[in-house]
Amino acid sequence: MSIYLPIAEISVNILVLLAMGAAVGFLSGMFGVGGGFLITPLLIFYNIPPAIAVATGANQVIASSVSGVLSHMKRGTLDFKLGGVLLAGGVVGSTVGIYVFGLLREIGQLDLFISLLYVVLLGTVGGLMLLESINALRATRGGAAPVLKKSGQHNWIHRLPLKMRFRASKLFVSVIPVLGLGAAIGFLSSIMGVGGGFIMVPALIYLLKVPTNVVIGTSLFQIIFTSAYTTLVHATTNQTVDVMLAFILMVGGVAGAQYGARAGQKLRGEQLRALLAALVLAVAIRLAIDLFVTPPNLYSLAALGLS
Amino acid sequence: MATRTLPGVLLFLMLLTAQPAAAQSPHQENIQIGLSTDKVMITAGFTGADLTIFGALEDADPQIARQGRYDVIVVLEGPARPVVVRRKDRVLGVWINLESETFENVPVSYSVATTRPFQDITEPASYKQLSLGAGNIFMQPADETQNPATIAEFTTALRERKAATGQYSENVGGVQFLSQNLFRATVRLAPSVPVGTHKARAYLFKNGLFVKESSAQLEIRKSGFEQSIFRAAHDYSFLYGFFAICLAMITGWLGRVIFRKD
Repeated sequence: MSIYLPIAEISVNILVLLAMGAAVGFLSGMFGVGGGFLITPLLIFYNIPPAIAVATGANQVIASSVSGVLSHMKRGTLDFKLGGVLLAGGVVGSTVGIYVFGLLREIGQLDLFISLLYVVLLGTVGGLMLLESINALRATRGGAAPVLKKSGQHNWIHRLPLKMRFRASKLFVSVIPVLGLGAAIGFLSSIMGVGGGFIMVPALIYLLKVPTNVVIGTSLFQIIFTSAYTTLVHATTNQTVDVMLAFILMVGGVAGAQYGARAGQKLRGEQLRALLAALVLAVAIRLAIDLFVTPPNLYSLAALGLS
Repeated sequence: MATRTLPGVLLFLMLLTAQPAAAQSPHQENIQIGLSTDKVMITAGFTGADLTIFGALEDADPQIARQGRYDVIVVLEGPARPVVVRRKDRVLGVWINLESETFENVPVSYSVATTRPFQDITEPASYKQLSLGAGNIFMQPADETQNPATIAEFTTALRERKAATGQYSENVGGVQFLSQNLFRATVRLAPSVPVGTHKARAYLFKNGLFVKESSAQLEIRKSGFEQSIFRAAHDYSFLYGFFAICLAMITGWLGRVIFRKD
């Protein structure tokens, strides 16, 4: 059953897209991430032009993040103040990112840059997570309880000026790293079409020492706005958001997410993290192979001055 | 009898001076094509299509027609747009787009249908003169000062990529004579056929010589819904983006309401 995508201007199989959305939704529900880092590469493998995959991926992330935030709001595990400061940084980062995105597309290096960013970031995050979770798994086997957050231990970040109190997170920290983190996530969101949860979550836990229970809700909260802003700017400057494509992915995604969340409850935390790490690494390796293997076609065509 | 031949000979002589191509016979052939529709709609299920173009020869010589020495080539040419061709090269083991060449006014699509294989219809020089066939379209490089070898290399690559995506296609035998005067041409529209004004052209050859050309216009558009989305994305991009965000938020909220498990 094929459907013509009005912005991507190609015919695709609607069932493949629904399955793609459902599979990514399942994983994102299971691991508590937006899933943008999976959907964008999948779309690119499926021959959707990278520029459209990125912008549409950002749009799709909004849906899964809204779903997640609603349940966190109910449980009270969301720090609005922290999310707001992250967001302020995120808007600046997105704006810069979209400018860079347009520039790279013009000089023909967009695809390369997207692939490189994915390989480096997913490779690093996946590798670190895998090491950490394997250690945790070993520790639990040895009988000791896994220690994720060592409270009371301060690093250089806590010596920076302009401190601010975040009550819900029980945190008293400088706004500089919070804004910087928000900006970095915003930048990645606009270039990679991801919400940035897979970077935000470890950064909040390990760098800012935010309690783990508020991290996911807060990260999802800020991701809604960062990816909404990214979607809006991509739509106005590059006209690369395909609502038809995004909608099919969302429908598959929100359904899959609920089943994923249920499956996730049956696994232990360390096991979940190890699986997520393996998944992240697999995507990174798949993208890395494409960078190094001789492409079947050395030449590519691009329309100049779209629209 | 003699009185009846004389005006015929006179007419023949007059034609000889006026119309060199029709030198061998008193027939002043003409070609006409007609499209059953002047608009083709791309709908949600569009996966490419075959477009049929009907045409007629006027004042054809029955003898030549019987011997099959009339040939017709029909071309459907898409709107022209500038195109960048990029070549990947290996840098430190990684494949990177390095060199590129911009061409002005490259037809986005180019579908040809012929009565017989190209080499059987006329001479290569004649195709070249008419800029007929995907291999003979002139690709104007934006920067003419570049090395001609590089330009030639990228021009070849451009044609090759276009053929690989089906945007440049050839349908040998796609033009069939239904009677001595009537023919039908089938040209292929690729799934990625560009929207815009397409030009259909028919070329008539007689005994391997070009005689006449005729053209018609065809509008290819996205159908109602797809077109509205496309237009909205370009004309009201801010509202479109806003709509995309609202749609995502509502879908997320509905997903939570419908499938909630806690």
